[in-house]
Amino acid sequence: MKYQSQAVAKPYFIAAIGLFVGQIVFGLIMGLQYVVGDFLFPAIPFNVARMVHTNLLIVWLLFGFMGAAYYLIPEESERELYSPKLAMLMFWIFLIAGAVTILGYLFVPYAKLAEMTGNDLLATMGREFLEQPLPTKVGIVIVALAMLFNLSMTVLRGRKTAINLVMLLGLWGLAIFFLFSFYNPANLVKDKFYWWWVVHLWVEGVWELIMGAMLAFVLIKVTGVDREVIEKWLYVIIAMALITGLIGMGHHYYWIGTPSYWQWWGSVFSALEPIPFFMMTLFAFNMVNRRRREHPNKAAVLWALGTGVMAFLGAGVWGFLHTLAPVNFYTHGSQITAAHGHMAFYGAYVMVVITMISYTMPLMRGRAANSKTAQVVEMWSFWLMTVAMVFITLFLTAAGTLQIWLQRIAAEPMGFMAAQDQVALFYWMREISGLVFFVGLVLYITSFFIKGKEAPAD
Amino acid sequence: MSSAFTKSAARNIFYGGSVFFFLLLVGLTYDTMHTLPKHDNSANLTESVKRGKHIWETRNCIGCHTLLGEGAYFAPELGNVYVRRGPDFIKAWIKAQPTGAPGRRQMPNFNLSEEQLDDLVSFLKYASEINTSKWPPNIEG
Repeated sequence: MKYQSQAVAKPYFIAAIGLFVGQIVFGLIMGLQYVVGDFLFPAIPFNVARMVHTNLLIVWLLFGFMGAAYYLIPEESERELYSPKLAMLMFWIFLIAGAVTILGYLFVPYAKLAEMTGNDLLATMGREFLEQPLPTKVGIVIVALAMLFNLSMTVLRGRKTAINLVMLLGLWGLAIFFLFSFYNPANLVKDKFYWWWVVHLWVEGVWELIMGAMLAFVLIKVTGVDREVIEKWLYVIIAMALITGLIGMGHHYYWIGTPSYWQWWGSVFSALEPIPFFMMTLFAFNMVNRRRREHPNKAAVLWALGTGVMAFLGAGVWGFLHTLAPVNFYTHGSQITAAHGHMAFYGAYVMVVITMISYTMPLMRGRAANSKTAQVVEMWSFWLMTVAMVFITLFLTAAGTLQIWLQRIAAEPMGFMAAQDQVALFYWMREISGLVFFVGLVLYITSFFIKGKEAPAD
Repeated sequence: MSSAFTKSAARNIFYGGSVFFFLLLVGLTYDTMHTLPKHDNSANLTESVKRGKHIWETRNCIGCHTLLGEGAYFAPELGNVYVRRGPDFIKAWIKAQPTGAPGRRQMPNFNLSEEQLDDLVSFLKYASEINTSKWPPNIEG
């Protein structure tokens, strides 16, 4: 760690990991509810568990992105963070707002929560992933703006590199597109149309900039490859991400009441969306192969390679699988979407945040890398979580394929619940894979507490 | 990548490409907003429908169901439920929840008034009349 103020990243990462655990616990609850329908009902109905599961994911990834930004921007800018105090204040505001929101979901009926928090003044709640009460949404904007001010001031007064500019651009995009969450017209088609300006333009747009910058930062550090080469790759990858992803948003506009020309725009451009993810895989492997140093943090290198591969599989391959309009006609709103969602989020965003944590945490704890034993445990957690996620995805894909056949293609189509009963075996296997994932996560956390002979800081 | 292809060339492709395709997206959005009334059934967007949408949102229906294929995949698609089941069945069903059948998926009871149920049904009727390019493939959703 070159600058004192980079240490503000540490609480962000710790909070991220803590919320990650909560996310997985609720994922396991939901997975069980798929097969034991009345599990925990009425205490935690499925919709509440799902809100907690998805919102915790979003919030902990945001903690991860913010922590990453507070770490890498001072280092890239070659100066201390403009205001570490502001960063810490925002940490507590975000953590408390996040915790209160989750507790609200769990302990207050949703309609009551909406009434209490001013949803009648400006109705923004009750839309997938944007379920947060109005004060939480406003809080997210405030935290994001304060962070952007802090980071922008740091970059403006310091060295400007492709990495810190791309990171900053990604975070600005994140904040700006989130503003669409405040627009909720009564017209359902318009509501859905602009809802995607948050959801799609985040995960298939500006988040890819953030991911690219984080990956590039870690790759420079662990491989020692020339910055010029890495930054060139970064620009090409994010260029492809936005060139394909912006119009690729059309793949969400096939069946929601929008003009049918979106079937062409969406199919053609979103079919190209795997390209930037494939390039990320090539990028990670190429840079590691051309490394000029042997970094003692092997675990971080593993995560960096892993995120390249898994982002391509989850976002690229599983995305392509159902992105063409004639295919999507049958797969839309089925377990195929769930399969893709799980592996894409894990491969692209979970793993890149862990890559960053894996590289920076030892440095913030005063060493170049953790002990061999700790790294071995961390690498075990990598394989357990990653293989478990592959199986979760495969089982959901099988469930989805069967579901589509029974409910949408067969000569005598089954009703929704009848079809669900037929695919229950796959849901059970998904749940078991989920438990393996959880074991991997516990192991991951354990790895932070394992001592041993550590590589000294540079 | 070859050294003839420089970092600044890559940067220019990024900025140029992003701006170009973002403007294209804005153009397509503009056109979509203009042609939308032909598809979106907004002619039938009554006050009752608007109230129904509010009930739909504040009961977090999307947390279990899909609507035009978007949402959670735990419970049936409701974009076409008005056609599949009809208004009376929908109201009776909502009132009868939860079924309490052991081991089966449960839907909470939201204690909706008769008027709220009517609003919700008009919202679902309006949703079922949106031109979705013939999606879903059949009545089962």
